[in-house]
Amino acid sequence: MVDLLVLSFSTIFISNFVLARFLGICPFLGVSRKLETSLGMGFAVTFVMTMASVITYGVQKLLVLYNVEFLRTISFILVIAVLVQFVEMIIKKASPVLYRALGIYLPLITTNCAVMGVAIINVDEGYSFIQTLVNGFSAGLSFILAIVLFAGLRERMEFAPLPKAMKGFPIALIIAGLISMAFLGFSNFNLQALFGL
Amino acid sequence: MNTVIAAVVLLALLGIIFGSGLAVAARKLAVKTDPRVDEIEALLPGANCGACGFPGCRGLAEAIVKGSAPVDACPVNKEPAPIAKVMKVEVKASGRRVAKVRCAGGKKEAKERFAYLGVSDCTAAHELAGGPKACEYGCLGLGSCVRACPFSAISINENGLAVVDEEKCTGCGKCVSACPRGLIALLPAGEQATVYCRNMDKGAVVRKICRVGCIGCGICVKQCNAGAITLENNLAVIDPEKCNQCGRCVEKCPVKAIRGGAAETLPQAANGN
Repeated sequence: MVDLLVLSFSTIFISNFVLARFLGICPFLGVSRKLETSLGMGFAVTFVMTMASVITYGVQKLLVLYNVEFLRTISFILVIAVLVQFVEMIIKKASPVLYRALGIYLPLITTNCAVMGVAIINVDEGYSFIQTLVNGFSAGLSFILAIVLFAGLRERMEFAPLPKAMKGFPIALIIAGLISMAFLGFSNFNLQALFGL
Repeated sequence: MNTVIAAVVLLALLGIIFGSGLAVAARKLAVKTDPRVDEIEALLPGANCGACGFPGCRGLAEAIVKGSAPVDACPVNKEPAPIAKVMKVEVKASGRRVAKVRCAGGKKEAKERFAYLGVSDCTAAHELAGGPKACEYGCLGLGSCVRACPFSAISINENGLAVVDEEKCTGCGKCVSACPRGLIALLPAGEQATVYCRNMDKGAVVRKICRVGCIGCGICVKQCNAGAITLENNLAVIDPEKCNQCGRCVEKCPVKAIRGGAAETLPQAANGN
């Protein structure tokens, strides 16, 4: 149990998917103008990441069974694409407002390296099923943490007295860099002290 | 060979399973769209230019079906009748709107403050100490609006003024946002009396810098029998909804700032007087 907590903690803070691994930058920068849409995007990505982790775990077992591990990339992408289509349908039905707000970034979750990344990391690290599930879910949480933090800052930046050349995207990139540097502070975290190992 | 077969079969199987899963989900999670939206979208030009103010042609189709846009909202589509038939309404002649550059003070009529040798862009010139023209509200004639027009409906005439070809203009409004002085407005096409000046300085000041600038004398206000003209900030403003195009204001304006009706009085062929 504790090792799962450690896994979760390190995925969310120490190896944050966006801020430490630099995956999933596209929706991170593209959807973070408003807090509500960021949260919506975060939930969509978390759902896709969790489901993708679980399903790709099964697919990987299948590929190993038939000696076709080289099909990993294409079969994983197939799984992710199908999941994203499914999520799109759900969101379109449940909240047309969120659907319109996310716009093109919703199907872009398919090509989002963060989702593929978590699937591949799970395989490469040789995680068990429960570890895969926890890692996938925590990766989603790490994305939510990063994007919500960023969106909050960006909303504030709208009112800051910036030079015209810095307004909008330039200052957003700088802020992203600064947050990443701040999160480096987690790198040599004393996990023993926190989790009493 | 076994590997190849295994690979093909496995992927095919995955594809079929997921595909059918999605097909089932698509039916269960289907959002009911009005079939009229698809019909109307097919009748629209499909350019997705956004001139109607809605996000693309599908956006307008949805708005028309919902009722938040009139059937002739698309300025590029010259035939709203088929769309009106889908919606089972009558096409109201809401009047075509075209862009008009509300300045008649070209090189012959208006004074220059300094020789401008900078970037040939109106916004750039406007930012430089208020522009090379003595009148800070007038047309600079450097062509930002010309470049913004996707239909080549605006041009700069020999007098250094931007002029709109009303036949080509679709009323998309791109020139309106391109002009740094807000000189261009979408007004009813044709013989509509318009004040070709936006200068809000006092009459005495205007007289010194432009021969055809509005001096805010108010003669047009008194002449108008429809109450369509008002004087705001030393400038006459005509309400096109109220104007009955009698042309008296055009006749009586002492500086010829109001023009409309006969083509001779438009800045295009102005011979100055």
